[in-house]
Amino acid sequence: MKTFEYTVTDPLGIHARPAGMIATEAKKFTSKITISKGDKSADASRLFALMGLSVKEGDTLTVTCTGEDEEAAVDAIRKLLEKIL
Amino acid sequence: MEMEKMTTLRGKPVMEGIAIGILRFMDAQDTGVASDEHEPSAPAVLKERFVQLRDKVAEEYLALAERAKGEVGSAEADIFSTHAMMVQDGDLEDAVFAGIDAGQSLTDAIRSAGEGIAAMLAEMEDEYLQARAADAREVCARLVAVLRGGSVDSLQFDVPTVLAAVDVTPAELLQADRTKLMGFFTAQGATGSHTSILARSLSLPSAVAVGTLPPQSLEGETVILDGFTGEIILSPDEDTLAAYRDKQASVHARRKEEESYRGLPNRTADGYEVQVLCNIGRGEEAAAVLQNDGGGVGLFRSEFLYLESTDFPSEETQYRVYCRLLQEMDGRPVIIRTMDVGADKQVGYFGIGREENPALGYRSIRICMDRPEILRTQLRALYRASAFGKLSILVPMIVSVSELLWVRSQEQTVREELRREGIPFDPGVKLGIMIETPAAVMISDLLAERADFFSIGTNDLTQYSLAVDRQNPMIERLYDPHHTAILRMIALVAQNAHKAGKTVSVCGELARDTALTPFLLAAGVDSLSVSPPYVLRLRRAIRNANRSEVNLNEYLQT
Repeated sequence: MKTFEYTVTDPLGIHARPAGMIATEAKKFTSKITISKGDKSADASRLFALMGLSVKEGDTLTVTCTGEDEEAAVDAIRKLLEKIL
Repeated sequence: MEMEKMTTLRGKPVMEGIAIGILRFMDAQDTGVASDEHEPSAPAVLKERFVQLRDKVAEEYLALAERAKGEVGSAEADIFSTHAMMVQDGDLEDAVFAGIDAGQSLTDAIRSAGEGIAAMLAEMEDEYLQARAADAREVCARLVAVLRGGSVDSLQFDVPTVLAAVDVTPAELLQADRTKLMGFFTAQGATGSHTSILARSLSLPSAVAVGTLPPQSLEGETVILDGFTGEIILSPDEDTLAAYRDKQASVHARRKEEESYRGLPNRTADGYEVQVLCNIGRGEEAAAVLQNDGGGVGLFRSEFLYLESTDFPSEETQYRVYCRLLQEMDGRPVIIRTMDVGADKQVGYFGIGREENPALGYRSIRICMDRPEILRTQLRALYRASAFGKLSILVPMIVSVSELLWVRSQEQTVREELRREGIPFDPGVKLGIMIETPAAVMISDLLAERADFFSIGTNDLTQYSLAVDRQNPMIERLYDPHHTAILRMIALVAQNAHKAGKTVSVCGELARDTALTPFLLAAGVDSLSVSPPYVLRLRRAIRNANRSEVNLNEYLQT
């Protein structure tokens, strides 16, 4: 299991478009990728669930990847979050 | 002269241009019994059918996204690629499968799954995400429509067509065969809707809010749609048709010529350069600004935030809208006008009630002075967003220096609050005022000392100066923005602004009136703001004008 934390700096947070981009990226991996905020968590490959986290600027997210390609998945998701959030 | 009686309908014009074609009504989507209701199928069969269906619909959305990217820009394309991801979402699949397992038909399973997700989004605190509930419903409605035999490519025409519909969605408009779709009109709809914005991006002549559609028996008859006036002429006679064909040809020729002005500076023959910015009413119109080569946003009417809401929009909601706009304009100037609610734009939750004379009544800054929290919330959102681009704030309906000083004090408080809270903002944000009353014109020298810039709203200025109610058709002919009184006012305001070292822009309808462009430039106007489709036309007029050849007296003494 690989995990990292990320604090959102984008003023709009996770709205529809970034949720879609995260879901698309997450589907490329076989590992189970979970994003949590506080006690709520969502499967990163699911756009509606990600939107349901209601992530805003300043929120800290915990990303957890579990599976064979977890190393690569963590890298890819981290890069994406840094770019879009 | 005897004339065969033609029927004319009238709606609100959305995009100018002349469309001539065969009248067609948009097919009703819900035509009958869904294929899965004929006989019950095993859950496994229904699930397989759902997977095929949603993959097909997702593919069609992606094709639409590609099409949108090429034709109207990436903001529009993003909506469709998001929709593609929504139909393929795992949560949607789970909910549909659960419905099937519980014995629902595929149609019912999709519908209730969509409602479930929409309800989840609608309950969220974030107003932006709440609005996504509509997207969830839309993609599910699309799934059901395709399941029922409708195809995404259903709007195909054999001949040049003018489409009539109760309402049209942006997706339907984009996927229609536009080599044959000449224009459209709808019974419902609004000029500020997403569909209308898209129609303008596509330069598709159109009218909305027609009220009653023509009788279905006229399907297949010739129809003329005049996007300048919003008129729809049913079964026109030969002479009328010929006249509109001529008009159509000249519109095409002019558009083609205007295109050659793309990318050129807004500079007169004698080297005087001005800004040409755009008036917009929604964040989604940012794409149209860039697409029409506008230099930025000269007037963002923030009213829609208030009009489309059931309560005062929160600081957070406003902040997001302003941020997004500033980010999309990528460093170009953006002037956001604080809320101008009241007069002809009433909002229930303001609790203002009916007024005898709303144009002279309780509106915009007058409301804010009694309820300062409304302005404070907006100023905080604006200032916070200012860190993301080049923002200026414009305050409407100022008639006295004391009002401006009050706004300044509110602005000061907000700046101090944000500093204390450690929230970044651009300390160089400019605060200007609308000049839209004769009072503001007469004291423009005093106002110029305290405002950072002026923006002349010629529509209200004309109404107030000439004592002509813009809503009263009996006196429509008296509404004359070319009146010498108005032109003198513009010249005086420009003079007073420049004396104090401030700039002046014109953002009313007069700005796009190219007959007056030489006058406005000679009077010293620094910036003109028009709706996006007029940018290139105005640039053409500016580049063909020669400021030194304008005799101001011709305008001010006649």
